[in-house]
Parts: sequence; structure tokens; C-alpha cells
Amino acid sequence: MSTPMIDIKNLKKSFGNKIVLSNMNLSVKKGESLVIIGGSGSGKSVMLKCILGLLHPDSGTIHVDGQDIVQMGSRGRKRILDKIGMLFQGAALFDSLKVWENVAFGLIQGQGLNKKDAKEIAVEKLGRVGLTADVGELSPAELSGGMQKRVGLARAIAGDPEIIFFDEPTTGLDPIMADVINDLIVECVKDLGATTLTITHDMASAHKIADRVAMLYHGEIIWEGDKARIENSGNPYVEQFVSGSAQGPIQMDLMKN
Amino acid sequence: MKNPLVIVGRIILGALSEFGRLFIFTATAVSHVFRPPIYWRLIGQQMWLIGYNSLPVVGLTALFTGAALAQQIFVGGSRFNAESVVPGVVVIAIVRELGPVLGGLMVAGRVSSAMAAELGTMRVTEQIDALTTLSTDPFKYLIAPRLLAAVFTLPMLVLVANILGVMGGFLIGTERLGLNGASYLQVTADFLERADVYSSMVKAGVFGFFIALMGSYHGYNSRGGAQGVGKATTNAVVSAFIAILLSNLIITVIVFGEIS
Repeated sequence: MSTPMIDIKNLKKSFGNKIVLSNMNLSVKKGESLVIIGGSGSGKSVMLKCILGLLHPDSGTIHVDGQDIVQMGSRGRKRILDKIGMLFQGAALFDSLKVWENVAFGLIQGQGLNKKDAKEIAVEKLGRVGLTADVGELSPAELSGGMQKRVGLARAIAGDPEIIFFDEPTTGLDPIMADVINDLIVECVKDLGATTLTITHDMASAHKIADRVAMLYHGEIIWEGDKARIENSGNPYVEQFVSGSAQGPIQMDLMKN
Repeated sequence: MKNPLVIVGRIILGALSEFGRLFIFTATAVSHVFRPPIYWRLIGQQMWLIGYNSLPVVGLTALFTGAALAQQIFVGGSRFNAESVVPGVVVIAIVRELGPVLGGLMVAGRVSSAMAAELGTMRVTEQIDALTTLSTDPFKYLIAPRLLAAVFTLPMLVLVANILGVMGGFLIGTERLGLNGASYLQVTADFLERADVYSSMVKAGVFGFFIALMGSYHGYNSRGGAQGVGKATTNAVVSAFIAILLSNLIITVIVFGEIS
């Protein structure tokens, strides 16, 4: 068996006395698309930030492509980050730059490509997500939410990454645009042959892009399995989440008080 | 009722850890100023934003202050028939203290707040995280250019402020108070020493550093949406003001304490 692309062991992270990740274990095989589902505040974003090195975990190890990124220096981490693309929840486009400069940012700053070549690639990637070259000349603030997400996707795939993270790719979009984004994600990932890790609470999106699904609850993975098994997981937490019911073992914070 | 010692202790611990965070932030930021890659285009852009756009407000502040100063010194000095000290006192007051301090405060009001708001918004919209995922160090890309630009731009602004401040005094002195223009300039030149100008430039550079540092620090570390950004903006301006006034006092005591 080959080493997993992402391997998380006993990851713990707390802020003050609030435990966000209690003991998380997860591994993603090369070329696999894993979707992590879980409610708000279940620690999904914190987990992603730990993998990206934006947050330092309290304990545990995270291996990306066989290398432990928790102990790694900044130069090694930069090499790992070069292999990673990320689509942020709010797209996180740089509003001081034009759309094409956003897409080309990693190519110019990270890989040192010259402006002309980078722009060519940027326009090609924009075409990949269904946007024309003249959209590239606009500023991000002039775009609708769905278009911003597409630009964010183009930026994430611009460097032909081996690993892509999607942070709630469909949040804030109408169901049709959400489906368009899901299709684009599936296509782009297939083209690149990338390993992907998606966090979402949108079950339609999970159905579409996942090979495998894992559920995060109170900082732990409480269930994981193939997409086909999600409807009859036998796990009451997963069943409640999938059916979207207020009744069940998962109690929202507002009910506790 | 809580034990007052607990409250005092908590406040002191909170202040110490804030200073620790600020110190680490400063050390990281400064270390990135000297390590390549250096983003010249961004430095130029920031110098334009900080310098050129602050010229009107800094210039007017200095002009009006110099003029008001000349009027007051004339009124005060006339009690002892000492109207002739007006040019000397104006130039010393402007170059040593008012030019750099008022200029620094005006720029802090404009620039620290703008930096904190911009970086704070980038923080809450995850743009700063996005930089990291695109293999770009936010300290290098966002903070180092701001620090460098401010340190080099403020002395130029203060130089302009000093000249306009003296000119304000000159205008009131010659047009309203009946002082002789040629002798006004002569006295000004006689009173002004090279050390005054140097200390003025050093102060300006230090103030520029604090202006960019406070704007960046509070913006970079802002939390919690629009309200957090608003708080960061206020804190940036207030802390930049305090840093400017305190460092001004320290530099003044070091440079001019010996002479007296």
C-alpha cells in the first residue's frame, strides 16, 4: 500500500480552555476525494488551517506527501504549499488586484514566472472555469458571488497542484450555481488527478464530489466510509446530519443554554 | 466581589502578553525587511500612498501652526521688547518639535488607520491566509513594504512640514507683525543648527516606523468581522499617537538633554 497523501494522527488543538480538535485521525489516499461533513463549530476550518500551517497544533502529527509539516521549517513548508491549492469559503480574492492577477498570483510570486506567461496561464484557467478573458481585466469587487468562487477555483488550480482543499465551496450560492461549482470541481480535479479534501455541510455537494465521506463532530472523526454507505451508515449522528433533522443525538449550542 | 489584587494581576499579565506579542511581531517584521525577495513595486506604491497623499494635510498643519506660533511669540515677546526673537523661536520650535510631532500625528491619523482597516479586512476575508497558501509570506508582501515606505517617507514629509512651518511664521511676521523679511530669514538661518535638522529627520523616521508598525500590527491581528476591524483601526491610531509622543520625548531628552 502506498503512503497516504495526507495523514493526520492524534491531532489536538485548543484555544484557551475550549477544545476544538480533541483527538483527530484521518488519512486521504493519493488521488482520492475526501469530503468532511460536520456542523458549524465542529472544528473543520481549524483542521484545514493546521494542515496549511496557518495554525500550530498542540500535539499530533500531520504528514503531507510523507513529510511531517508540524515540525517543518518555513522553507520546507513553502515547498509543500507549492503543491497545494485552496479554494476559500469567501473566495478570498485580493481586491487590490485584477482578476487575472489573482489567478496568476501564485505563479508569479510563488514560482517566479514572468508576467506574460503567467497571464497566458491565468486566462487559460479562467476559461477552464467558464470565464472569458475580459473578465480577467475586472476587479474582484465587480463580480457576483458565483463568479468570485469560479475565480477562486481558477486560482486554486493555477499552479497544477497535487492537493486541493475546498472550504465550503458551495456556501452562499444558489442551488444551481452550487451545482455548477460542484461540476467544475469534479472536472478540474479529474483533469489534474489531484487529491482533494473538502469541508462542507452541503450534502448535495458531498454527494457530487466525494469518493469517501468522513464526519467530524466535537473535534473527532466519528464516522468514515464510502459515499455509497452514507445513506445507511448505521451511525445516529451521521443519520441526523444527512437527514438534516433537529431531533437526534446532535444538540445545537442554542439548545444547551 | 472579586479580590482587587486578582484584577490588578490580570491587567498586568494582559499588558505583558500584549507587549510580548507586539515585540515578536516587530522582530519578525523587521527581519523580513532585510531578507529577499523585496517588493520594490509595493514599496513605491506605499510611499506614494503615505507620502504624496499626506502632503496637503501635513503642509497645512505646519503652515498654520508656524503662523500661530509667530503671533503668540510676538505678543509674549513684546512685553520685554523682545519681538526680534520671533524667527529664532519659531524655527527651533518647528524643526525640533512641532514639525515632526504634528506631521507624525497627522500621518498617523491618516495612515495607521487606513493600514489597520485594509489589513484587518484582508484578515477577516481570509486574504492573508490565501497569501500563505500561494507561497507568499504575508510579512514580506504586506508588512515589510509598509514599514520601509513609512520610514523613508516620513523624513521627506517632515522636511516639507518644517519649511512650511517656518514660512507660516515668516508670512505672519512680515505681513502682519511688521518684521523685516530679510532679517527674519537671517535670524532664522543663524538660530538653526545642523543638529536640529538631523534630530528632526531621525524623529520622523522613528515616527514613520511606529505609524506603519501599529497600523500593521492591529490590522494583521484583527479578529471578528466588521466590529473587529473597527476596533483595530481605533487601536492603531491611539497606539501610534502614544508611541510617537513617547518616542519624541525620549529622543528629545537624549539629543537635547546634554546641551542644557
